[in-house]
Amino acid sequence: MLELAAKDWPAIALGALAVLALALLPLVASGYVLSLLLLLYANIALSTAWAFFSGTTRYISLATAAFFGIGIYTLAILHVHVPMAIALLATAVVGFLVALIVGLSTLRLRGVYFVVFTFGLTELVHQVVNWWEMKINRTATRYIFADVSNVTIYQVLLALALLTIVGSWYVSRLRLGYALRAIGEDEMVARHTGIDTTRVKVLCFAISASVMAVVGAVLALRYPYIDASIAFNNSRSFEVLIAALLGGPSRPWGPALGAIPLMLLSEYLSGTFPHHFPIALGLCFVVIVYFLPGGIAPLVERAYHSWAAGRGFTAQLARLWRT
Amino acid sequence: MSGAMARPDDHALLSVRGLRKSFGGLAAVRDLSFDIRRGSITGLIGPNGSGKTTVLNLVTGELRPDAGTILFEGVDIFGWPAFRICRARVARTFQLVRVLRFMTIRENVMLGRMFGSEPVAPAAAAREAEALLERVGLAGRGDQLGAQLTYIDQKRLELARALASRPHLLLLDEWLAGLNPTELKVGIELIRLIHRDGTTIVMIEHVMEAIRALCSRVLVVNAGEMIAEGTPRSVLSDPEVLRAYLGADDAAA
Repeated sequence: MLELAAKDWPAIALGALAVLALALLPLVASGYVLSLLLLLYANIALSTAWAFFSGTTRYISLATAAFFGIGIYTLAILHVHVPMAIALLATAVVGFLVALIVGLSTLRLRGVYFVVFTFGLTELVHQVVNWWEMKINRTATRYIFADVSNVTIYQVLLALALLTIVGSWYVSRLRLGYALRAIGEDEMVARHTGIDTTRVKVLCFAISASVMAVVGAVLALRYPYIDASIAFNNSRSFEVLIAALLGGPSRPWGPALGAIPLMLLSEYLSGTFPHHFPIALGLCFVVIVYFLPGGIAPLVERAYHSWAAGRGFTAQLARLWRT
Repeated sequence: MSGAMARPDDHALLSVRGLRKSFGGLAAVRDLSFDIRRGSITGLIGPNGSGKTTVLNLVTGELRPDAGTILFEGVDIFGWPAFRICRARVARTFQLVRVLRFMTIRENVMLGRMFGSEPVAPAAAAREAEALLERVGLAGRGDQLGAQLTYIDQKRLELARALASRPHLLLLDEWLAGLNPTELKVGIELIRLIHRDGTTIVMIEHVMEAIRALCSRVLVVNAGEMIAEGTPRSVLSDPEVLRAYLGADDAAA
């Protein structure tokens, strides 16, 4: 499955070094930089997980915030009863199961109906949780008593982001990956070439949701307390979608390319114009639709190929490697 | 239908009895029965809107029949989903060509091999795709995108994708429509070649030249009912068939 050519090894070695450097960054970086980067990793994991299902099948989901919030609440409820690792694992399972049920009942919907449904789903879960907390639990907030350092959260999110990208890339080379793309291009053809489209869609929707839930749970470790409007914030779904579209949802590593500039933009704007980020997001969306329909990734890919084919550093390394 | 057609024929490759499908109040297919012999090429003809494509959609599982029996290789496939029917070795092409435009030509063909009756991994499917592409006349073009193909080449690709799933029965929905005379000759030869390799073919077709050249038997459908069947020569001179195609007045004239 993993057919790596000799010319790929320098790039892989460089990548491994870069990952090691990022993992050890907390030794030297300030708390501010760490906080910024761990949020970036969370966004990369979310938008990569989103694109894993929605980018390939073109079933545009706005339920990211719902699964993210379900992760937060699962952790908040469980972490006082069971060890942290088990609470996090349970989060993945709960996210997966909820998405399985939602998927089985809604993935017959196509196009705008599916979009609207997933948007409504977040709101529904939000209101149900809110009602439960107020009426049954009789308090709007839950406290998180986690003794986990920022450095650990940073490293876990880095690992999650990388795992999501590598996992998404790996699946793209399997039969499952081809099935997802075929469904995105023409579901009727997919059915008639022998693809069990319902199973593929529901399974991958659930895998994607379980990553989102875990990311929510890990980020929740940083919050002193949570409530329903923190957990189920609809704008998160849009931010994730725009990051993925900006980067390029058809490549496993595309959404990461979109998450980085969006993160920097949001950081800059929230410092200087605290209330203008939504406008910037809107502008981003317009730019994508008009000028970058495929996202940044295809441009980067093209540039890389012409560069690697010529006198590029990687090409030279590759030549050295072979001699 | 006659009494002999009451029970499905176990020896036929495909045996359909009492097939019905309505859309709302409109009966698109009403009580249709027919057999397809193994190794034959059968034409399915009839005026526009007579229900030919609906029959094909019912047999391939795109639509769920209201009633009837569909026996394929002795197995009742009534109500099966499309993907299962494909895996049971029934493949099809589409009336309006459906090529996956953002996949390469090779990947289009790989789909049939990876998910059809004898699924294999992507690497093996990619190797085998080359032979199929060569067979339909697209040799060496595997890396191009589906969107880059001309109309006839898209049709060739659909055929290769259908064959990749290793069908015993191939259903062609107006596969020859829209081809110019030269392309038509090539297309007819291609179908003949596929048939010679042992695939049973049912073709919905309006091009009578192709029906005469290829089909040993023709079924004529009108308003969801079978109105005639027989050799191309006998069917095409049947007054009722002419009436269905041309209207009562023109047929009489």
